[in-house]
Formats: sequence, structure tokens, C-alpha cells
Amino acid sequence: MMGHVPLSWFLMLSAVLFSLGVAGFIFRRNIITMFMSIELILNAVNLTFITFAYQRQQVAGHLFAFFVMVVAAAEAAVGLAIILTVFKNRETLNIDDLDSMKN
Amino acid sequence: MELILFLVFAGIAVAAAINVVVQRHPISSAISLIAVMGSLAVLYLLLGAEFIAAAQVIVYAGAIMVLFIFVIMLLNAGGETKPGRSFIASLLGVPVLVALLALLAFFTARIYPRDTEVHFGGFRGGTAQAVGRALFTTYLLPFEITSILILIAIVGAVVLARKELE
Repeated sequence: MMGHVPLSWFLMLSAVLFSLGVAGFIFRRNIITMFMSIELILNAVNLTFITFAYQRQQVAGHLFAFFVMVVAAAEAAVGLAIILTVFKNRETLNIDDLDSMKN
Repeated sequence: MELILFLVFAGIAVAAAINVVVQRHPISSAISLIAVMGSLAVLYLLLGAEFIAAAQVIVYAGAIMVLFIFVIMLLNAGGETKPGRSFIASLLGVPVLVALLALLAFFTARIYPRDTEVHFGGFRGGTAQAVGRALFTTYLLPFEITSILILIAIVGAVVLARKELE
């Protein structure tokens, strides 16, 4: 029908956002930017959940997206607290300088 | 109408996501990430997920990103000074990522040919009433476990942030 969007386009968009998030996680060295790339990955996964909920006509996908959101909020709170503590102790946000577990 | 909405907001989402990855300064990445989340909320509305769209704006773009920006400004973090990526990552990173994207797109196109079409109002089960009913009946146990998880996260964040006051 005219003007309607194929369902697979949403999945394609989700794949593109997921790959961009992985790229950010691999290539960026700032620990906060890497953390934001993880949030981008979680958003891409949420879009997949919502798309499949539309296709299956079930609300369960929305529930999973909701739980992902809640866990992301908890993860952001704890992760940013860890980043704060690391910055207070080490005075850096570069992930390459935080290698005290290496040797 | 749906096609125009999808193309506009998917374009905004992809452009802002690219901006998240390529920006040097964390605050620019954070603002771009808010744009990604806002346009994704519109796409959720298109898919009939009213409650999740509202929660996306309130929880993600509201709470989580404010926390991020707060920490970035608190630490007064500048941009990255040196690229400093490892040799293997710079050599293999882009081809592996392109391969991952191509694989995902290939299987998506093979498994889902253009049969199911999204139109506004095609799924009406995403209202706050429907989500709440499923959340407090079928998914009550995961909901309670999530509340315990949030309690643990609050205690952990307080303990981690309290340490340097002493």
C-alpha cells in the first residue's frame, strides 16, 4: 500500500544503530563516550523488541523494552558513580591510561 | 505519511548516531544521543508503543542523559587529546563492523521480505493500560526483581560516591 513502511526497514535501522554503537565502543578512548555507545546499543535492541511486538501483535516486547530501560537506568547510575571515583583517584578519563589490572 | 515520518526520523537517528561516534567532545556526543532517543520515541509511536515512547522520553532522554551531562560537566572533561587506539582495532575495526552490518542486513532482508507493512494504528496493545496489566499480572515476578535491582543500584551508587567525602 502507498505510504506504508516495510517492517524490515525498522530492523535495518536497528542494525545500523547497533553497528554504530559497537563502532563507538571500539574506536573511542573516552570512558564516558564508550558508556554512551553502550546506551546507543541498548536503544537499538529496544527498537528491535518494539518492532517484533508490532509484528506478533503482543505486548510482551514492550515489557522487555521497559525492563531494558530500567536496567539501563540502574547501570548508568552505578557506572557513572564508578567513573566519578576513578576520575577522583586517577585524574584521567582515557581508557588506555586505566591499565593497573594489566601488570 | 508513515513513510515520510519514518524516513525523516530514521535519518535524524542515523545522522545523530554518527555524530555520537565521531564527535571529539563528550558533551557533543551526549546532545546527539538525546536526538537519537527523541527520534526513536517517534518511531515507537509509529509502532503503536505509546507507553514505551513516553518512558523513552522521560527515563532515557530525561533522567539518564541528564545524569550523563551532569557527570561530564562535573568532571569538566575536555575532548580526547590523543587517538591512542590500538593497531589491531584500527586495522580490523572498520572491516569487521561493515561485515557485521552486512550480515545483519542480509539476514533481515532474507527473513523479512516486504510482506508486513507498518501503518499507524496497526497495533493498539501498547497503551499504558495494556502494559500495566501485563506488568502486574504475567510479569509480576520480574517487576519485583527489578525493584530489588534498583535498590541495590542506589545503595551501590551512594557507597561509591560517598567514599571521597571522608
